[in-house]
Amino acid sequence: MIEARGLTKRYGDTVAVDNLSFSVAPGKITGFLGPNGAGKTTTMRLILGLDRPSGGAVTINGKPFAQLAYPMREVGALLDAKAVHGGRSAYNHLLCLAETNGLPRRRVAEVLALVGLSEVARKRSNGFSLGMGQRLGIAAALLGDPAILMFDEPVNGLDPEGILWIRNLMKALAAEGRTVFVSSHLMSEMEHTADHLLVIGRGRLIADCTVAEFIAANSRQSVRVRTPDPEALARAAMAAGGTVRDDGDGLMVVHGLSVSQVGDLAFDNSVRLHELAPAQASLEQAFMELTASSVQFHAGMPGADGALGVGGPDRQPAVAGEVV
Amino acid sequence: MATTTAPVGRGAQHALPAARGRAGFAGTLRSELTKIRSVRSTYWSLIAMAVITIGLGGLFCFGKAQSFSHVPPGLRAHAAASAISQATEMSLFGLILGQLIIAVLGALTITAEYSTGMVRTSMTVMPRRGTWFAAKTVVFGGVALVTGMVTAFASYFIGQAILSTQHINSTIGEPGVLRAVVGGGLFLTACGLLSFGLGAMLRHSAGAIAASIGLLFVVYVLGQFLPPSWAVHVDKWLPFNAGAAIWENVSAPSMLSPWTGLAVLCGYAAVALAGGLILFRTLDA
Repeated sequence: MIEARGLTKRYGDTVAVDNLSFSVAPGKITGFLGPNGAGKTTTMRLILGLDRPSGGAVTINGKPFAQLAYPMREVGALLDAKAVHGGRSAYNHLLCLAETNGLPRRRVAEVLALVGLSEVARKRSNGFSLGMGQRLGIAAALLGDPAILMFDEPVNGLDPEGILWIRNLMKALAAEGRTVFVSSHLMSEMEHTADHLLVIGRGRLIADCTVAEFIAANSRQSVRVRTPDPEALARAAMAAGGTVRDDGDGLMVVHGLSVSQVGDLAFDNSVRLHELAPAQASLEQAFMELTASSVQFHAGMPGADGALGVGGPDRQPAVAGEVV
Repeated sequence: MATTTAPVGRGAQHALPAARGRAGFAGTLRSELTKIRSVRSTYWSLIAMAVITIGLGGLFCFGKAQSFSHVPPGLRAHAAASAISQATEMSLFGLILGQLIIAVLGALTITAEYSTGMVRTSMTVMPRRGTWFAAKTVVFGGVALVTGMVTAFASYFIGQAILSTQHINSTIGEPGVLRAVVGGGLFLTACGLLSFGLGAMLRHSAGAIAASIGLLFVVYVLGQFLPPSWAVHVDKWLPFNAGAAIWENVSAPSMLSPWTGLAVLCGYAAVALAGGLILFRTLDA
């Protein structure tokens, strides 16, 4: 159980994390979502005691991270896969980590096998590909067989095969009853993996709910409808308070009305329908809408321009704490 | 690389032994020992330090032996007495360069944690910063002490072997000689730790190396240019001059006494280490 209360981190005038309170429940994958620069990495650094909070506190199983008896047995973290000495072999890298927590040497070989790096165990890690580096970082996180795992943007830059591997790994870890806390700016990724969501923007918590609740609460209801007489139906729908987007070919999407309302309108106006279905709003859309409002709300802040560039991994993060 | 989707869980591996107590100094010490012995740069820099220190001392002794062989027979007795009195420090002369190399290694031992980002990984497995800093200091200090002693003794014996061809060598049993040789090893260790402390404060390889070489060597050179009336009061307190008192066998009145001098150098190192520890504990990693 990770619990944050009023967690705040300021770098000079910049507020990277602003009064965050949340708890990450065990046995689930909790997605930690936010655009680049929203404060995800800083929050994770605060959880791990790498940064000192400017205010508030965060505990793991009731204690600050630094006071855990065997940190690696309770929390395994992968914040930055490149944070290794490239001149050291994969085996020796994991060995020096394991030794700090008195973990047995055989555990190193076990986790190397687990992530599929046994064959390159004696190779220096500066020759590793991005995917191999990521696996090495995950091996390090798994060393202590911890009940809590934290991954910061684990799929960033990986190829589809690597993404699939990480996704399956996280699901397997959660299925074993572990807490998986994973950050991402990719909504689509979380939609496939997360059970629960914490959404932050500009360092503030803007949602704490399940994936389904998040979509339901944050996306406008929409109905997909196909008719040979789109003008008549569009007029009726707008008169009833809906908004209509014409996708051509008789297909249109109606916002603001339920499926049954649209069906009734068609019946009442004698408009023939060829298709009528609820449109599934994706998490991506819901997220865009939610953070769009957070952009407007904070538009006056210095550096806000482009800071919430959703889904743009190449953009410069606006908050210093995001840079690792 | 093959995609591994094998079972991840506890069932696929042996259970870990039950945890007793808490992760502490002993494990972190083992970890730091693994770290320092598992990168090539450690070996290269230690070998470089030994070779250059021993080589420079040997070269100096060889030159002395050569020039002594040209001294006319009538003047030999007087020249021999003078040469013998300098024999020990002559063979240890390479320490002047050795201190700079151990300083580079000392700085890099800690700044490499920052330049590679490894410090963040280190802190997420051993978040007790004082424990970590102590373990790292002890491991580096131990490695520096062992290699420093080996280097000082090798320098001494090789240098004396060269001088003995002209019978102008000292022997280890003579008064002050063993102190000077052991002191040479301690001098290297103290220089390395001073630089390690500066590295912890500055967190940047180039900056830390520049600062420690500046403090050890440039300050020493600048001290040579002070007006004599100042130099007599200032020079002996400079890090290099103070530390060198232990292995420079000639006791000049302007120098501190051997052990006092070494203690002053150790004082500088202690201040640097304390500063490094304080910043390490307070700043974000």
